[in-house]
Amino acid sequence: MTEMNNEKILSEVIGIIGKHTRNQGALATASMETELLKDLQINSARFVDIILEFEDRFNVQIPDEEADSISTVGDAVTLVGKLLH
Amino acid sequence: MTRKRVVVTGMGVVAPNGRGLEEFSAALKNGTSGIKFFSELQELKFSCQVGGKPRSLDDVKNEYFAQDRLYALSDAMLYAGIAAIDAYRNAGLVIPEENSDEVDHDTGAIIGTGIGGIDVFAEKVYPALQTGRVRRMGSTVVEQVMCSSVSAFMGGIFALGNQVTTNSSACSTGTEAIIMGADRIRHGLAKRMIVGSSEAAGPYVWAGFDAMRVLISKYNDTPESASRPLSASAAGFAPGSGAGILILEDYELALARGARIYGEVLGTAINSGGMRQGGSMTAPNKKGVQACIRSAVVDSGIAPGDIDYVNGHLTATMADPHEMKNWSEALERKPTEMPLVNSTKSMIGHCLGAAGAIECVATLLQLNQGFVHGSLNCEDFHTEISAFSQCVPQKSVEKNISIAAKASFGFGDVNSCIIFKKF
Repeated sequence: MTEMNNEKILSEVIGIIGKHTRNQGALATASMETELLKDLQINSARFVDIILEFEDRFNVQIPDEEADSISTVGDAVTLVGKLLH
Repeated sequence: MTRKRVVVTGMGVVAPNGRGLEEFSAALKNGTSGIKFFSELQELKFSCQVGGKPRSLDDVKNEYFAQDRLYALSDAMLYAGIAAIDAYRNAGLVIPEENSDEVDHDTGAIIGTGIGGIDVFAEKVYPALQTGRVRRMGSTVVEQVMCSSVSAFMGGIFALGNQVTTNSSACSTGTEAIIMGADRIRHGLAKRMIVGSSEAAGPYVWAGFDAMRVLISKYNDTPESASRPLSASAAGFAPGSGAGILILEDYELALARGARIYGEVLGTAINSGGMRQGGSMTAPNKKGVQACIRSAVVDSGIAPGDIDYVNGHLTATMADPHEMKNWSEALERKPTEMPLVNSTKSMIGHCLGAAGAIECVATLLQLNQGFVHGSLNCEDFHTEISAFSQCVPQKSVEKNISIAAKASFGFGDVNSCIIFKKF
């Protein structure tokens, strides 16, 4: 069940970060290890918008210090999963 | 040091009556007005409910920008960006790859705006502040609201390593930007400059002018008749918007790469009237205007009589008669001896900060294609300057132009003038 939830979260996370991704090719093959800045070439300023969209989509509050810990897709999925449960 | 010659090798335009050179040129030739009625202005109780706005770019913007870039673009940035990319390609240049680390240190950008990101401020910043939701504004506000928004993002598109900046001199902005870029090449500080200006459309940009009662309010039912420069019934300008961009190059560079040359920036001048001798924040000192035109002529090394076409500032306010007299005085030509004069604003309205650049594109198109477009809606020519009526075509005429003058004048009593020569 948790694994299924993680899959759903991953799908939603990919959808949210997609519009901020410069390297769409890397997005198509993204895994939990994919790095947002280095691999997807997301402008670091857009992390603010991504966090706001996570909060809206998952109905959670993400403290700044927790947001700062996100560097990979997996980090985002794990953090959202933790806040949901 | 001998100054470098500066030529125009590319152009792009996003105007109320056409996007791209082909469409814009056809609109000029055909006398197509871009002025429309806006129900939003009516609902907001504007006196003037008409204006000029480029048609929606939703169907083409994805061809110019990836989704992540579009996310952070304001309307003024989008207009400028599309016009700049078109201009760069029109100059035969290839846009650098995103993943290339090469920086073009010989090329810069001076892209002006008059009102800036006031629309973004009104739509995003103010509502968020009023409701205590600053954190919810997101990351894009600064890059959309900062005065240099319309130039800053060009650096990334074209990998610019030379000066990248924004000028702002009210309605003189666009012409001034072109002159500032040309100066940089003239003095050997850059080999190529992307220059021009952009202005957003809509109630937040236009409201202050409506409040000043300088916008036309009598033609809400017939918008295409609303922009009436040089007309006896002119009673204010129709607001406009859009962007015009030129690629300026060192002549030697353009020659070496076999670039098409639309014209040479033969001479230029920028000055101010000091808000004296009749000048004020909102009115020009006529001596300043005449001095600006004369300086541009002298800088060009031509005689005033060599100019065979004038693209006027001519906004459809009470300043039009004064402007015609100023051209006559400065060029030392009687009304009956004046070269052909028209107002591109008669079709697109007054595009504020973008006006000068869009009108320079119009000037160069006419120079290259051998026509002078009709100045619309002046069938009832202003009686105070009726002697000039013979030099203002009301319909497009074929005319072989060698040297054209373009001037812009703005709030703050600021002036700019460019003399273009056909190549």
